[in-house]
Amino acid sequence: MGYINSIETMGLVDGPGIRFVVFMQGCCLRCLYCHNPETWKLKSGLQMTPTELVEKAKRYKPYFEDNGGITFSGGEPLLQPEFLIETMKLCKKNHIHICLDTAGVGTNKDAEVLKYTDLVILDIKGTNQKEYKKITKHSIDKVEKFITLCNKMNKKMWVRQVIIPGINDNKESIFELKEYIKKIKNVEKIELIPYHTYGEEKYKKLGLKYPLTGFLAMDESKLNELKKILED
Amino acid sequence: MKAWRDFKGELWQKEINVRDFILNNYTEYTGDESFLTNISAKTKSLLKTYERLHQEEMKKGVLDIDLKEVSGVNNFKPGYISMSDNVIVGLQTDKPLKRIINPYGGIRMVYKELEAYGYEMPKKIAEIFTKYRKTHNDGVFDAYTEEIKKARHTGLITGLPDAYGRGRIIGDYRRVALYGVDYLIEEKQKDLSNILIDSEENIRLREEVNTQIRALNDLKKMAESYGFDISKPAVTAKEATQWLYFAYLAAIKENNGAAMSLGRTSTFLDIYFERDLKEGLLTEEAAQEIIDNFVLKLRMARHLRTPEYDELFAGDPTWVTEAIGGMTLDGKSLVTKNSFRYLHTLINLNPAPEPNLTVLWSYNLPENFKKYCANISIKTDAIQYENDDIMRPIFGDDYAIACCVSAMQVGKQMQYFGARCNLAKALLYAINGGIDEKKNILVLEDIPPITDEILNYDKVIKAYDKVLDKLASLYVDAMNIIHYMHDKYAYEASQMALHDTNVSRLMAFGIAGLSVAVDSLSAIKYAKVKPIRKNGIAVDFQIEGDFPKFGNDDDKVDEIATLLTKSFISKLKKKKLYRKAKHTLSVLTITSNVVYGEKTGATPDGRNDGMPFAPGANPMHGRDENGALASLNSVAKIPYKNVCEDGISNTFSITPDALGHTEEERKNNLVSLLNGYFKKGAHHINVNVLNRELLIDAMNNPDKYPTLTIRVSGYAVNFNRLSRKHQEEVIARTFHRRV
Repeated sequence: MGYINSIETMGLVDGPGIRFVVFMQGCCLRCLYCHNPETWKLKSGLQMTPTELVEKAKRYKPYFEDNGGITFSGGEPLLQPEFLIETMKLCKKNHIHICLDTAGVGTNKDAEVLKYTDLVILDIKGTNQKEYKKITKHSIDKVEKFITLCNKMNKKMWVRQVIIPGINDNKESIFELKEYIKKIKNVEKIELIPYHTYGEEKYKKLGLKYPLTGFLAMDESKLNELKKILED
Repeated sequence: MKAWRDFKGELWQKEINVRDFILNNYTEYTGDESFLTNISAKTKSLLKTYERLHQEEMKKGVLDIDLKEVSGVNNFKPGYISMSDNVIVGLQTDKPLKRIINPYGGIRMVYKELEAYGYEMPKKIAEIFTKYRKTHNDGVFDAYTEEIKKARHTGLITGLPDAYGRGRIIGDYRRVALYGVDYLIEEKQKDLSNILIDSEENIRLREEVNTQIRALNDLKKMAESYGFDISKPAVTAKEATQWLYFAYLAAIKENNGAAMSLGRTSTFLDIYFERDLKEGLLTEEAAQEIIDNFVLKLRMARHLRTPEYDELFAGDPTWVTEAIGGMTLDGKSLVTKNSFRYLHTLINLNPAPEPNLTVLWSYNLPENFKKYCANISIKTDAIQYENDDIMRPIFGDDYAIACCVSAMQVGKQMQYFGARCNLAKALLYAINGGIDEKKNILVLEDIPPITDEILNYDKVIKAYDKVLDKLASLYVDAMNIIHYMHDKYAYEASQMALHDTNVSRLMAFGIAGLSVAVDSLSAIKYAKVKPIRKNGIAVDFQIEGDFPKFGNDDDKVDEIATLLTKSFISKLKKKKLYRKAKHTLSVLTITSNVVYGEKTGATPDGRNDGMPFAPGANPMHGRDENGALASLNSVAKIPYKNVCEDGISNTFSITPDALGHTEEERKNNLVSLLNGYFKKGAHHINVNVLNRELLIDAMNNPDKYPTLTIRVSGYAVNFNRLSRKHQEEVIARTFHRRV
């Protein structure tokens, strides 16, 4: 059984092509900008078996064409390795392309999960210990190990970073990110994701304090400037 | 120069057979859009004049009305946009946007229309059409039963074409260009000589064919008034476009049908364009100029309507629908350079609702064309898509779309349009014993009310079945009456002249409120629904527990939609139709979902009294919890073949951010989405790519967005022409965005 928060049948920005996105429960990070606080708790949400989930995903195969597929996101999908491995095996059997959208903070079974993963979308929370801790309240060590593992296994990677006004929306941060990414092999794509405030409402509903009260959504033109710096 | 120089094929030279001509002569185009050219200086100046007149019209409601004449093929002097209007010519009346009085459908309607815009009914016209000449509307009401009148009054059935032109008839306007009018007259005369006087049907047909011949002669004279002799086939691309347009113009001078669609003309005309380009008679710039001017003329088609009509259909629609693309029966695409040129008018002439450009999508269309369509959709929101792969096996490869989603073989089939009935209201009649919940009158007799405290699914289904039996029977009666009278009093001679004499007829019934009825039944089945009654009528419902909702790709509820549509068409088929027409059914509301909702009390799905329905076959807003594809999959399950062969309309809105990060990603994702949806067997989709915030801004600052066009069930509208209530409904509708 897997704990699943929700399913987005039309994910168009979480991996290549059209994706069936599974938002899984459970995350130990507490990122300042997290917009899915309802996924933090592991044992909640819907319970599904790997077969149930893959049967659902199969209904969308006609939309996948030659590049779409399934994306496991969350929460941190790596926290449910047994379920993930079983589900991924079934996906493989059904020729469904598999993306893993992760912060790279999993368990000792990460290697087994990666075995079935076609593409890793790695969320870079911070490029040094201090910044990483400020944003996630955790140490950067785990994700560094995960990167080493991905490199060793030669996984295809997309990397992303959320850009928050006043925190990392500056040239220096982008330079640091560029430098950091050099550590990662097989990077096919780098995405800068603009911070948005849609999450704030959810915190209110859950009775939680929103860590970024007063922060504005990332300005589009500024983001485009940063994207240019990244590409140069 | 010979008209048919270099054309191949024989069959079409021996008989009227435009399809054979196309298949023998068209040049498939698989390249991209890079050959397209910009708007010419001349077109630009005409467009500017039109836009100015259109702005003025929007403020006044109508720009002008011709009070001297009534509708007819050759009843008006030639008209021009301006002195430089000489590429493709012809207007409905002597002045741009001046509207025609059409009293044949009903004189009462004309009174209302004139009064609404501050005009007085000309005495002569009033006298003729009250004292001497009966109208369609008079005929219909002489035959209606009390029960039909009540069902009409409460809105159980709405939008019936019993007081205005029925439309949804597409003349094969291409015939005029290919053969010239004289040959068409000769063929009709031949047909006439073969019709025996052995039945009432044949006597009527003889009369009709002579009326058609008269209309063809009028068509020639109308063209002559513009200085063209169209008795012979067109010789050049420009002539072919002009001849074809005259044929269409005759139709909209004579008729004011709800939908006056154009057909499938782009690939036909492309044959002439290709020949002229090859011979050096034409440049690409000149070719685009011809198409731009043709399309500009199509945008100027107007009909005189009442404000109530405009409220129902949100604006001033004419449904000049043009079907583009599709495949041949042999599996070759019918995409030509002209397919691109037509779509390109949305860039050259700015986005607009008309003509209603409809892409016949097949999985096997050329990739470049698919991508181009996606690109134009993202830029303009003005295209709709229909599944050629499910229509072609039924209608062949020379069908077109009338109105929004109604397929018919061009020149071989016609439709008897029948608006729609309200399935959500019908469900309330099942609960309330045939009494209307809003007007408190008994509409359907012998339906025992359900008095249970908690609604029982089996009991409700049984009562609903009985209501639908009665409704179907009454609906067929109304339609038979309407079309009998329409043929008799408001015959579309100029359009029928461009059909085969032995035309096959489709009678199109329709349903509204499908998702409301389906969710209501699901609530009764899977949750506990307790009616709140007032004087024995259920005025509200308390729902305890959750239930599966249409739009989540959940078979438990989606199969109710399938059962309901199958059941309803089988009930309709129990009764024979006028002139041996074939029963068809659509799930389409255009924008009448708002007015339908207004007229319907609270429903067991939790929808409040008066709240809008979802448009067409869309799931109700906010009830899809698994994202857009789940919602699309639910709609795709509604059966097309043998059930809803008049079309299943779905409107889809997405924000640009949700569609992809880059322009290239957005295009590719939209193509995959369309491929997938249609592979699932779906029939139709409208695509809007825009931000909710933009719509809110447009609602508050209409002047900033003069050409903002959005798709609503089967149709595109200028956003500014929607009523505030419609605008709010569109904004409230499920928007798929990235969170």
